Amino acid sequence: MGRYLLVRCIESLVTLVVISMVVFVLARASGDPVTLLISDKATAQDMALLKQQLGLDQPVPVQYWVFITNAVTGNLGKSLADKGDVGRLIADRFPNSLLIGGPALALSTVLGIALGVAAAVGRNTWVDKAVRVVSILGQSVPSFWLAIMLIMVFSVMLRLVPTSGMGSLDHYVLPVAVLTFFALPLRTRLMRSSMLEILDTEYVKLARAKGLSEGSVIWRHALKNALSPQLTSFGLTLAFAITGSVVVETVFAWPGLGQLAYQAMLSRDYPLIQGTVLLVAVFVLASNLLVDVLYAYVDPRIRY
Amino acid sequence: MTESVASRVVEHHGVVRARLSRNAGARASGARAWGIARKIPIVPTAIIGLFMVFAVFAPLLAPYDPTRIALPQKLTPPLFIEGGNPAYVLGTDALGRDVLSRLIWGARISLTISAAVVLLSSAVGLFVGLAAGYIGGRTDSFLMRFADGSLAFPGILMALLFAISLGPGVSTVILALSVLGWASYARIVRGEVLRLRNLEFIVGARVVGASAGRIMATHLFPNVLDAWVVMITLQIGLVVLSEATLGFLGAGVPPPTPSWGSLVSDGRNFIDSAWWISFFPGLAIGLLVLCVNYLGDWLRDTLDPRLRRTRQPGELTAF
Repeated sequence: MGRYLLVRCIESLVTLVVISMVVFVLARASGDPVTLLISDKATAQDMALLKQQLGLDQPVPVQYWVFITNAVTGNLGKSLADKGDVGRLIADRFPNSLLIGGPALALSTVLGIALGVAAAVGRNTWVDKAVRVVSILGQSVPSFWLAIMLIMVFSVMLRLVPTSGMGSLDHYVLPVAVLTFFALPLRTRLMRSSMLEILDTEYVKLARAKGLSEGSVIWRHALKNALSPQLTSFGLTLAFAITGSVVVETVFAWPGLGQLAYQAMLSRDYPLIQGTVLLVAVFVLASNLLVDVLYAYVDPRIRY
Repeated sequence: MTESVASRVVEHHGVVRARLSRNAGARASGARAWGIARKIPIVPTAIIGLFMVFAVFAPLLAPYDPTRIALPQKLTPPLFIEGGNPAYVLGTDALGRDVLSRLIWGARISLTISAAVVLLSSAVGLFVGLAAGYIGGRTDSFLMRFADGSLAFPGILMALLFAISLGPGVSTVILALSVLGWASYARIVRGEVLRLRNLEFIVGARVVGASAGRIMATHLFPNVLDAWVVMITLQIGLVVLSEATLGFLGAGVPPPTPSWGSLVSDGRNFIDSAWWISFFPGLAIGLLVLCVNYLGDWLRDTLDPRLRRTRQPGELTAF
C-alpha cells in the first residue's frame, strides 16, 4: 500500500513536470506578448529592451529552467499585464472559486445521495424516471447556455437576483445553482446504482425478514454500504469545485481562478498562464491521486 | 462476452490444425449489429438524423447566407412572437443575420468537427490500446504514461490553451480536442485486451504463428469492439459540448463562420432584448447531446449491462 502510494506520487510529479513543459511551450507559441504590452509607436529597439527586461529574449529551455527553479521556491513570477506577483494574484482569486465551488460540492453531494436513494428505492416509479431525466439533462445541456438562460429568467425577467459579479448572498445563487446542476448527475447515478446493488443483497433481505421497518433497512443499513463509491467520485468533483469553472465564472463575471486563467490566455500573459494552469493541474492530479489511493485501499487487487 | 471467432479444427495427417476463420469475427459482429439496429429508439435517432441532414445539406436548406448582414432587419424576433417577420423564422441577430440559417450552417461546422474528433481520437486510442495491451512490458508502460498524462491535463483549460496558442481554426480545435480525448479509448481497449490475451483462441493463434498485427486485427478487434463502441457513445456528447464551450469562449472556429457555441456567445449581450439569438443554438446543442446520450445509454444497456459502470477519471468535462 505504501509502495503503491509512492509510485503514484512519483507518477503524478512526472505528469506535473510534463504538463508544465507543455504549458510553457504552448504559451510561447501563441505569439509575442510584447506587441500587446507596448504602445504602437514603439520602435524595434524599445521592443527588444522590453523583451530583455521580461527575460523573454533567452532561449526557451533557459526560460523554463528559470521558471522551475523559481517555482519550487514559491515564486511564480510576475504577471506581464499588471506587474503583480503571480502568486499573489492567484491567492486573491482562488478563494473566490472556492466560495462557489464549495457550496456546489456540498449541495451536489447531499442532493445526489438523496435523489439516488429515492430513485433506487422507488425503482421504475415516477421518482426514478424523474431523477433519471434530471440526470441526463445535467449531462446534455451546455453549461454556458443554461447559465445565460437562468440569468435571463431570474435576473432580467423576474429581477430576483443580480445578473453577475460577486457581492452579496444574492450573487451566489445562480453560479452555485449552475455548478450544482452539472455536478449532480454523476453523484446521483453512482448512488442509484450502488443502492440498487445493495438492496439486492442477502443481508438486506435478512434485515427485512427480521422484521425491521423499511425505513430502518434503507437508511441505517443499506445506505452506509452504498456510500463507498461516493467517496471516490467526491475526489473527482473536488478537483472540479476547487479549480473553478471557467465557463461559469466567465458568464457570471465571477472573479475566480478559472476566469483568471482564461483572461491570462487571451492576453498571452505567460507567467500568469503558467501559474494558473499549473495550480489547476496540481489540484486535478492531487484529487486523481486521492481517488486512486482510495480505490486501492478499498480494493487490494488494484495495486502495483 | 462471447468469443466471436469461429475456428475450424481440421485433422490432417493425424495432426490437428486449427484453421481460424478470417472473417468470422467481422461476420458475427455484423449480424449482431443488424439485430440491434432494428430495435433502436426512434425519436432520438430521428432528431440526430435531422441535425445530420442540416449539416450535409446546409447550402440547400438554409434560407439565407449565414454571413449575410442586413442591418435594417437586425434584432427581429422569431415569427411566433409579435414583431416577428415570416422571412426570418427564428429571428435575426444584431447584424441582421438570420438565426435559422446560422443554426443550420452551425450544425455543419459543429457536427463535422465533433465527428472528426471522435474518429481521430477513437482510432488513435484503439491502436494504442491494442498495442499497449497486447505487447505489454515497456511499450505498455510508455504508452500508458502518455495516456494518463493527457487525462490528467486540466480539461477545458488545456483545450483553450491549445486553441489559443496554435491559432484559431478548424484543425486546431480538432487537434486540441483529440489530444485530450484519445486516452479514454486507449485505457478501455487495453483493459479488454488484457482480459482477452490469455484466452485459448488468442494463445492458439500465437502458437499457429499468426503475427501480432494479424492477431490484433482479426481476433482482438472484434472482441474489444463492444467496449470501444461504448466509449464512443460516452464521448460523443462530451466532444460536442466541449467544441461548443470552446466556441463560446472564443477559442473555436473564428468568426464569421458560425459554430453553435459562438452563436450562443453572440447573443450574450442581448439576453434582455433579443433572447432568441442565444436560445436556439443552445437548445440545438442540448437537444443533440441529449439524444446522443439517450441513444448511448440504450446501446449500453442492450450490449451488456455490465459495461454500464465504466470509470473515467479526469475525463474532459464541458466546464
